[in-house]
Amino acid sequence: MTQLPAQTTRKLGLVIDLDTCVGCHACVISCKGWNTENYGAPLSDQDAYGEDPSGTFLNRVHSFEVKPEATPAQTIHFPKSCLHCDDAPCVTVCPTGASYKRVEDGIVLVNEKDCIGCGLCAWACPYGARELDKAAGVMKKCTLCVDRIYNENLPEEDREPACVRTCPANARHFGDFADPESNVSKLTRARGGMDLMPELGTKPVNKYLPPRPKDTMDEIDILAPLLAPVATETKGFLGWLDKALEKL
Amino acid sequence: MTHHQPQIDTSPKVSDEIRKTTCYMCACRCGINVHMKKDDEGEMRVAYIEGNRDHPVNKGVLCAKGSAGIMQINAPSRLKAPLKRVGPRGSGEFEEISWDEALEIATGHLSRIRETNPEKLAFFTGRDQSQSFTGFWAQAYGTPNFAAHGGFCSVNMAAAGIYTMGGAFWEFGQPDWDRSKLFMLFGVAEDHDSNPIKTGLAKLKERGAKIIGVNPIRTGYNAIADEWVGITPGTDGLFILSLAHELLKAGKIDLEYLTRFTNAPVLVNGDETSDEFGLLLRDKDDKLLVIDRATGKPTAFDKKGVKPDLAATHTVKDVTHRPVFQHLAERYMSDEYAPEAVEERCGVPAGRIRAIAAELARVAFDEAFEIEQEWTDFRGEKHKTMTGRPVSFHSMRGISAHSNGFQTCRALHVLQILLGTVEVPGGFRFKPPYPKPAEAHPKPHCKVTPGAPLNGPHLGYVQGPDDLMLKEDGSPARIDKAYTWENPMSAHGLMHMVISNAHAGDPYKIDTLFMYMANMSWNSSMNTKGVMEMLTDKDENGDYVIPNIIYSDAYSSEMVAYADLILPDTTYLERHDCISLLDRPICEADAAADAIRWPVIEPDRDVRGFQSVLCDLGARLHMAGFVNEDGSAKYKDYADYIVNHERKPGIGPLSGFRGENGDEFGRGEVNPDQMDRYIENGGFAVHHIPEEAAFYKPWNMAYQDWAVKTGIYDAPQPYLFNLYVEPLRKFQLAAEGHGHRQPPEHLRERIKETLDPLPVWYAPFEDDNVDTEEFTVHALTQRPMAMYHSWGTQNAWLRQLHGRNPMYLPTKIFAKHGFEDGDWAKISSAHGEITVPVAHHGGLNDNTIWTWNAIGKRKGTWALDEKAPEATKGFLLNHLIHELQPPKGDGLRWANSDPVTGQAAWFDLRVKIEKVDGPPENSQPDFDPIKSPVGKGPENLAWKVGK
Repeated sequence: MTQLPAQTTRKLGLVIDLDTCVGCHACVISCKGWNTENYGAPLSDQDAYGEDPSGTFLNRVHSFEVKPEATPAQTIHFPKSCLHCDDAPCVTVCPTGASYKRVEDGIVLVNEKDCIGCGLCAWACPYGARELDKAAGVMKKCTLCVDRIYNENLPEEDREPACVRTCPANARHFGDFADPESNVSKLTRARGGMDLMPELGTKPVNKYLPPRPKDTMDEIDILAPLLAPVATETKGFLGWLDKALEKL
Repeated sequence: MTHHQPQIDTSPKVSDEIRKTTCYMCACRCGINVHMKKDDEGEMRVAYIEGNRDHPVNKGVLCAKGSAGIMQINAPSRLKAPLKRVGPRGSGEFEEISWDEALEIATGHLSRIRETNPEKLAFFTGRDQSQSFTGFWAQAYGTPNFAAHGGFCSVNMAAAGIYTMGGAFWEFGQPDWDRSKLFMLFGVAEDHDSNPIKTGLAKLKERGAKIIGVNPIRTGYNAIADEWVGITPGTDGLFILSLAHELLKAGKIDLEYLTRFTNAPVLVNGDETSDEFGLLLRDKDDKLLVIDRATGKPTAFDKKGVKPDLAATHTVKDVTHRPVFQHLAERYMSDEYAPEAVEERCGVPAGRIRAIAAELARVAFDEAFEIEQEWTDFRGEKHKTMTGRPVSFHSMRGISAHSNGFQTCRALHVLQILLGTVEVPGGFRFKPPYPKPAEAHPKPHCKVTPGAPLNGPHLGYVQGPDDLMLKEDGSPARIDKAYTWENPMSAHGLMHMVISNAHAGDPYKIDTLFMYMANMSWNSSMNTKGVMEMLTDKDENGDYVIPNIIYSDAYSSEMVAYADLILPDTTYLERHDCISLLDRPICEADAAADAIRWPVIEPDRDVRGFQSVLCDLGARLHMAGFVNEDGSAKYKDYADYIVNHERKPGIGPLSGFRGENGDEFGRGEVNPDQMDRYIENGGFAVHHIPEEAAFYKPWNMAYQDWAVKTGIYDAPQPYLFNLYVEPLRKFQLAAEGHGHRQPPEHLRERIKETLDPLPVWYAPFEDDNVDTEEFTVHALTQRPMAMYHSWGTQNAWLRQLHGRNPMYLPTKIFAKHGFEDGDWAKISSAHGEITVPVAHHGGLNDNTIWTWNAIGKRKGTWALDEKAPEATKGFLLNHLIHELQPPKGDGLRWANSDPVTGQAAWFDLRVKIEKVDGPPENSQPDFDPIKSPVGKGPENLAWKVGK
């Protein structure tokens, strides 16, 4: 019901490195802190100290267990926020035009003044990246910190999303995917960056870098002598030692 | 609808002011920018917290805890005013009183004790970041009973590191993240040294370095490791010594490093008939002796031009004295350390042990490199380059919280040293004030004089039986029995034994227990239920067995209810602190650094910083160092102390901005503007180490001289790394019957076995104490990255991340019992049982279960609803772990602690598992709610400070 721009000048987004993400949730809380204080309504929390606390978050980390056939189970930490899709179903479904994709940088935003809190966009988003704030009654989502990345009140080095600035494991990178020479484009090429659920045709901007292969050490032939002994008994070892010291 | 794009403000004002201070959401001590905004009433309030890019610890990044600080300083659990208990202990019934009354009560107890018998006060602090101050206070007071939480945390790691090489991990040193190519991580819980480790791991990954995680649990750091070694708990020492076995056999050891910088060539007295059998040989000037390869004669280790020989021996009158290295090689090359001999016990296949040893050797020696940097060693020898061995290690509580933890930590350091990878490029690097050998630390003191200070610092490093803290009758001088034959090298004390010993009157009764930031009636104690009973137990007269309890905390923790008097502390943004070089500083391998906290907001409650309260109490008690000559208070508050206190002339709590002009670091006169200068500088001060002093610090004269100049050392103190720790041998000699101070008979054999001067592995004590056929499973805890001890749960944001802590079971156990997610299990140990929810976790050692530590809460605490999942489904593993080993029938109380240091052996625990049909409503054991002294938190939050 709401139109997407035919194309955007830049395509700002995130590269998220699943190889280094330790699942610490630093990005989750930094996002919560910045976006509670800044863009739009605060991110509220219901039953904050009670039985079933639930608040609005624009970014969450999910953990999955993967069991390769021959090696031990692995845990993959998977941070997830709005992917700022080129073909964003959350925008087209919006009945009031509150959801929109910016022409200049491709950021998908919600104009809270026009949002009626119907929740259609959250239903349309296949990634579950939008959350209706229960206190404000409006839809909240990742803004890519649109109020940081251009913010002239911030030092230039801080003009990046809060989640990127805070990530201790350097697992989050921000940049312009329309520029093939940007850091995010290069990382995506070098590390085989992937779309999340490409089969849905949403053309997400954010990319995920897959984890490196793990537990490969046992592939060495364990029957081969890995470290050749210099001696088999103490006397021989002392002889080796004497010769080795002589060479120093 | 057509595309419609509203105008938005992309440059809103971020804040009215940024105040830079130090985080205290955990022990990491990162720098933070606290963004302040004026609210509607014009008052400056905290709007947002981010990492400080200039700060040496975190360099701008910040973890979830740090960013959630705003929810901590606004937490409804904050105590509001001093409290006096009016109901029975444990009820939570208090009345608010004034500070005057509170301090009068405290002074009454403290003064009475001090004038009669200061040992009747036990003063123990928990997650205290001001130990150099609290220790100073306790020393001035005169009680021998002071320590912080190191004894139940990681003293094995600290003590093993200090005795072996003059420093350990975390505060003591760090991997060379920029040059390391192979990194091994042993037993590190997710929360330790949190941001630096994550940043370091990312650096390693960026350079394609390999990470090997050794941990029974594959989460967090281990989840991103390239290789995971899911070792059986308590067997790390055996695994490490098997790696050493392989390296020695293959000759893949750094002989040059061993001869120059370690006691490998030092001669060991081989005369079995001597009182000094097994001690190191010294010349008449008390210098350690080595055989010089050039002359074949015994020579002082530090003589210019000496070429120490590892292969020679020294025979006098038919007695052969061999170098340390030959003893070491003989022991670890023995078949008992062969990979095949240890694989089953460790749960690591022999082939994998071999492959890891080979990889260590390959990277250490085949990928060695040189840095073009001249340096001069302590023998006066000049070196043209610095040799890099790009293998590094890091470890924490996982390997140390066992009854074999000290020797396991020693084994790891010996492995590092054999590879020549400590204090070299690419390896492990010390952070000032380390390296600092055990001899350069103080010895412990315990001489009590009524009305006067203790005769010296409480904690330190003993060199032999003469330094033990024993009374004339041989009984323990300290309430926690630190520095006794039960645990001679207990460098951090034994906080976990204080309440138990005080309750038992063993070694004596006390009058007042005074504690700070230590949640002893909950997650900070073993045997939690037992501790609650000890704290509430009454004698035949109806008086509490532990007569008085004073406690300081900022929050409504479980411990509050068990105290008689509460001194409410501030939150971390409302206080002064110093992260001092006298204590546990924030230095980097390339720089000395320290930091402050300052009140970026003022408390809105009637609370006071605990350290300021101690200054006040010190003055009221007329304690030396806290009063002027005219008897008036010396310090008006902690900030005053931080700036004006001098530990030695020119050396105070803060190193930066000293001297008249504020331009001196380390040594310098008191500068009255020092605190302001720290604030202007972002809350910290950094002083860089010259490049020629950056490596080989224990032996590098440029570093030694720099350390003297900055006040870290009083004089140059180069030393050798101790592969062989002679003080351990002195305790063994005593156990063998030598010397005038003798251990009690029941400890002789244990001392002989466990205080071995070369690392030794023995099974955790629990294995001997319980039926391992019945209790087949190991049970562990760790904290998640987003929580810190008991604090996280009161935080509305953090508790949404980790509000539940099921018991995680490995695939085989989960399947064997037919569990499904949502099921409950009864977990039993020899000591107790708990009934808790379970969940499956595939990345686990086959015989290990685990849960998150300190998520579970007592009902009524932390301003949570009594129905909060933390209080209904959450639980503590602590109920299964006793502070004592099971009775042995000899009437003695045997601590469940490491026999060298007394570290709490949390991770020795063995359990059995049964499925429970018809799950209970709440986790068991379930305790009655405590009445909250602060009420409950609000239902909903929508936190916005600005307009």
